[in-house]
Amino acid sequence: MAALILQVDGLTVSFDGFKAVDGLNFYVEQDELRCVIGPNGAGKTTLLDMICGKTKPTAGTVKFKNLELTEMIEFQITRAGVGRKFQNPSVYEDLTVAENLEISWPKKRSVFGSLFFRPDAAVVGKVQGVASQIFLREQLSTKAGLLSHGQKQWLEIGMLLMQDPELLLLDEPVAGMSAREREQTAELLNGITKGRSVVVIEHDMAFVRMIAHKVTVLHQGKLLAEGSMDDVQADPRVIETYLGH
Amino acid sequence: MNFDLMAMQAFTGLSLFTILTLMALGLAIVFGLMGVINMAHGELMAMGAYTTYFTAMFFAKFLPGLFGIYFLVGIVLAFCVTFAFGWALERGLIRFLYKRPLDTMLATWGLSLILQQLFRQFINAKEVEVPTVSWLQGAWAVTEGIALPLSRIFIIALAVVTAATVYLFLYRTRWGLRIRAVTQNRPMAGAAGINTERVDAFTFALGCGLAGIAGSSFTMLASTGPTTGQAYIVDTFIVVVFGGVESLLGTIASAFMIGQMQSWFEYTMSGSMARASILLLVIVVLYFRPNGLFASKVRRA
Amino acid sequence: MSETVSVPVASGASSRRGNWWGVASFGLLAALMLVVFPLAMDVFRLGLAAKYLCLGFCAVGIVLIWGYGGILSLGQGVFFGLGSYMMAMFLKLEAAANADSSSGTALSAFFGQEGLPDFMSWNSVEKLPWWWEPFHHVWFTVAAILVIPPLLAFVLSYANFRKRVGGVYFSIVTLALSAIMAIVIIGQQGYTGGVNGITDFKTFLGHDLDNDRSKVTMYMITAGLLLLCVAIGAFILRSRLGRVLVAIRDREDRVRFSGYDPALFKAFIFAVAALFSSIGGAMFTIQVGLASPSLVGIVPSVEMVIYAAVGGRLSLVGAVYGALIVGWAKTFFSENFVEYWPYFIGLLFVVVVMFLPTGLAGLLDRLRGRAAGGGA
Repeated sequence: MAALILQVDGLTVSFDGFKAVDGLNFYVEQDELRCVIGPNGAGKTTLLDMICGKTKPTAGTVKFKNLELTEMIEFQITRAGVGRKFQNPSVYEDLTVAENLEISWPKKRSVFGSLFFRPDAAVVGKVQGVASQIFLREQLSTKAGLLSHGQKQWLEIGMLLMQDPELLLLDEPVAGMSAREREQTAELLNGITKGRSVVVIEHDMAFVRMIAHKVTVLHQGKLLAEGSMDDVQADPRVIETYLGH
Repeated sequence: MNFDLMAMQAFTGLSLFTILTLMALGLAIVFGLMGVINMAHGELMAMGAYTTYFTAMFFAKFLPGLFGIYFLVGIVLAFCVTFAFGWALERGLIRFLYKRPLDTMLATWGLSLILQQLFRQFINAKEVEVPTVSWLQGAWAVTEGIALPLSRIFIIALAVVTAATVYLFLYRTRWGLRIRAVTQNRPMAGAAGINTERVDAFTFALGCGLAGIAGSSFTMLASTGPTTGQAYIVDTFIVVVFGGVESLLGTIASAFMIGQMQSWFEYTMSGSMARASILLLVIVVLYFRPNGLFASKVRRA
Repeated sequence: MSETVSVPVASGASSRRGNWWGVASFGLLAALMLVVFPLAMDVFRLGLAAKYLCLGFCAVGIVLIWGYGGILSLGQGVFFGLGSYMMAMFLKLEAAANADSSSGTALSAFFGQEGLPDFMSWNSVEKLPWWWEPFHHVWFTVAAILVIPPLLAFVLSYANFRKRVGGVYFSIVTLALSAIMAIVIIGQQGYTGGVNGITDFKTFLGHDLDNDRSKVTMYMITAGLLLLCVAIGAFILRSRLGRVLVAIRDREDRVRFSGYDPALFKAFIFAVAALFSSIGGAMFTIQVGLASPSLVGIVPSVEMVIYAAVGGRLSLVGAVYGALIVGWAKTFFSENFVEYWPYFIGLLFVVVVMFLPTGLAGLLDRLRGRAAGGGA
């Protein structure tokens, strides 16, 4: 068994008495691409929120390598090597594609570091490389606000690639994309898992089938099933609560 | 300090509390429900005070026999005038700025400067006073040493009634339900057939109307000048922020605390230094409770 | 005057044109301030221009924090006032020392101690407060003007930003600060000169402040410092820090997940703006001969925002023009029909916010864009 990069144990969060995630155990191996599925309100996004520090859990631990993430705040978690893409593409709309990527370059992120930062050839090369990877080579000097929905999704993935995280958390990366764009994205995701672990939340089963190594099904904040796509789809409980709907 | 003095001091705090409560309730509705900061809120209070003043003049001149009730009429008129002004203001200016709260502050600040100068030029550059009606003169002697002025008791009662009415209105009527629906989910409310634009205008106007009532009460405590409103606006903001914008009860509690603090601090230092100390104290408290002292701990996604 | 964020990686044609335009507008402003004004104006008018330029320091800072950082401070008067009062304390002590040594009049002997500022004697303060003492030294004064306001701004705003107090809440906090500052200054008359402020200086390091030559010199120093501040601001905005600021303004939550600490960046830029305001305040006091609570409180603090808004909240150079234009308008109104000034400035707030949110600079940019688009 490969080494675990992420260990979530007994994770619980309650909002006003409502347990959005309830005693969840969740483990991700190195180099694994994991898909998390489940009906609306299953706690998928909340799970990612707690891993990346956006939401503080009520109980439980989140171990990333040797770090306890529940004791860290967002930017520290990011610097430790966790990247997060949000459900609604969130890019810096007033900056160009190039600037969006460049700002995500994971060095010189202190106040004075960034004040005196001048992009060298390595950075420029990386920006152009990532831009090609996310199909936005031609749009480098376009303001991000002018991109299409799908292109914004790609840009946000690109920003994560610039950060070069060891663990990537992607919340619905193909929402609002055309079939063609979905295929491109699947290709992109399959290409970038080399050397890092990825957790993807997705509703689109065809897409999940294209990329997933292993699938986790959540239901009402709890783990319902885990295994290969075929196993999960054959699981009667899953059919009952999720696929059957 | 003996008990009588303490009681009187607490009562003085209560009178300031009533003004702050009425002012802050209006602001809290507009800010808490709509996210709009109205920097001209103080001038609306002055507008209410002037309306009361003109009502008094009118009664003195044309209806001297009915002078005893002018204050009640004045309160109603003050509410109506400021409500109407608020409606016009929302339709003419505020509605264009909903997505830009900081800009709203600036625009309404500009408006407040204009209103102040209008008061100065067309009403009176000096402060004006209203006569106290006979049935509010005098004091209620609770004990030998404690005498509470009737006019102040009256405005405290007025504040309590107003606050209760606002509360019942927002939480027990269909109009209140509509307002809360719009503030919580605008597109859904619109889809459910609520005229969101009218609700916006109404909510804003209601907040302004409360400032008008505050102005009416204010005339019982002090004289009104062009900059009366500006003197109160910061304290009112502080009350709202201190209490936490989402809770009307929090606003009232915070107005009570600040009113009392002002009154007690004045016992040991000058009035203005008391004010400065309270402002500083609130800033410090905000550091520990960024969402206000009485904010609930509900976590929103 | 386009301070649009530059594009270092994808150095397209548009960015090069932006650079050129930025440099040209800066050069034009420098020529105007350093050459045209001194040649075209008499000493009195130049003094007025100096006064507006001092407020321009605040406006430049406001462009940084508001236009780019998304932080609306209604308390820049606090930092302007700190600079202004610290300079006034130095000048006053120098004046007091000179008064005693030169004349040694019966009056000063009657009124109070040697070297004690006159207003303290009038308020029966008999001993110089300990916190006045260091302001006998010019080096301490200058250091204090450059260090205390930004430090205060940093600590205070970092505490707030760390706790994610932002938006209108922070604006209200700054509003309360300017109220506090004005109240304390007016209330502590014996130590601060109260509502009259601190005034009646004669010399600065022995140089007579009243003659024309020193006035022109002071003006030139002010203009130079202001240009320096604009240049520093432009440097900041063109750096990666500038882009992080824009990112924070538009999507603060996302910036955390790019690995930055937004609170630190916001507090930093807030401190820079405080530094600019403080320098402006100090230069104001030297030239106008006054430190007054009327430039500290809420009204002047909010007014400073309109300078930046008129010039263009995204344009550092525009902020200077904004300060000059509004300043001159104020003088014009107060010389001709003073009672209409509040209407003018009130309308200015409303009109600029409603119809010209990017100010004159934005208007010019749009015209330029149209001209370029038509030509292409």
